[in-house]
Amino acid sequence: MYRLIITRREVLKTSGAVALGAALPGQADALGQMETAIRRVVGEAEIRKGKVTLDLPPLVENGNTVPMTVSVDSPMTKENYVKAIHVFNEKNPQANVISVRLSPRAGKAAISTRMRLAGTQKLMAVAEMSDGTCWSDTQEVVVTLAACLEDLVP
Amino acid sequence: MSARALINVPKTAKRGEVIEIKTLISHVMETGYRHGTNGQMIHRDIITSFTAKYNGEEIFSTQLYPAIAANPFLTFHTVATENGTITFHWEGDNGFEVTEEAKIVVE
Repeated sequence: MYRLIITRREVLKTSGAVALGAALPGQADALGQMETAIRRVVGEAEIRKGKVTLDLPPLVENGNTVPMTVSVDSPMTKENYVKAIHVFNEKNPQANVISVRLSPRAGKAAISTRMRLAGTQKLMAVAEMSDGTCWSDTQEVVVTLAACLEDLVP
Repeated sequence: MSARALINVPKTAKRGEVIEIKTLISHVMETGYRHGTNGQMIHRDIITSFTAKYNGEEIFSTQLYPAIAANPFLTFHTVATENGTITFHWEGDNGFEVTEEAKIVVE
């Protein structure tokens, strides 16, 4: 008889597990798009966190133009430089944002541009170094007015 | 197609100095993911690549995607090595092509 009474704690535990299970596939899909794009560009190389700084406003009012800066901590000498910088997004229709090729001639591994964001999402910048290692930085951005969604006004 | 490009390169620089270059070009950067008033998809029309050359040597190149905002703005750096010309070249869909140049004096 005692076992038939389901306590509040048990209910919370099971519903929590269900909610978690339901949330996971969606997350995997979203990550899938970005992950696939990253793998297509950098191949199987291990991507480590660090060295890269992805700078975006944390709260964006207009997703149509969002200033973005990526800088990489590198001496930019002939022996040790940043070969490429790639930026990826999670929820835009296409995961790539920009791919930049650099050489020691750059002197400084830092770029700025303005991008579009179709909604609140995660962004990732990946830097490929001359020694073959990959470094990254991730940034969450909250967007109030998303880009790409509005249609043309007659 | 006429496109206005704005380029900001310092007029003079010291030898070996890292200079910042800013470029801005007018372009709609139509993503190809939007519908027009007739319900039809609007075809993609973006700038796909940008290259900068310093006296003929490539110093910066990039591939752009629809996620880049209209009127692409780019900032990058290079080492001022010698007097000369920096040429900028944009290429895009529908045969879009623009070349601009800037002179630099290195002391």
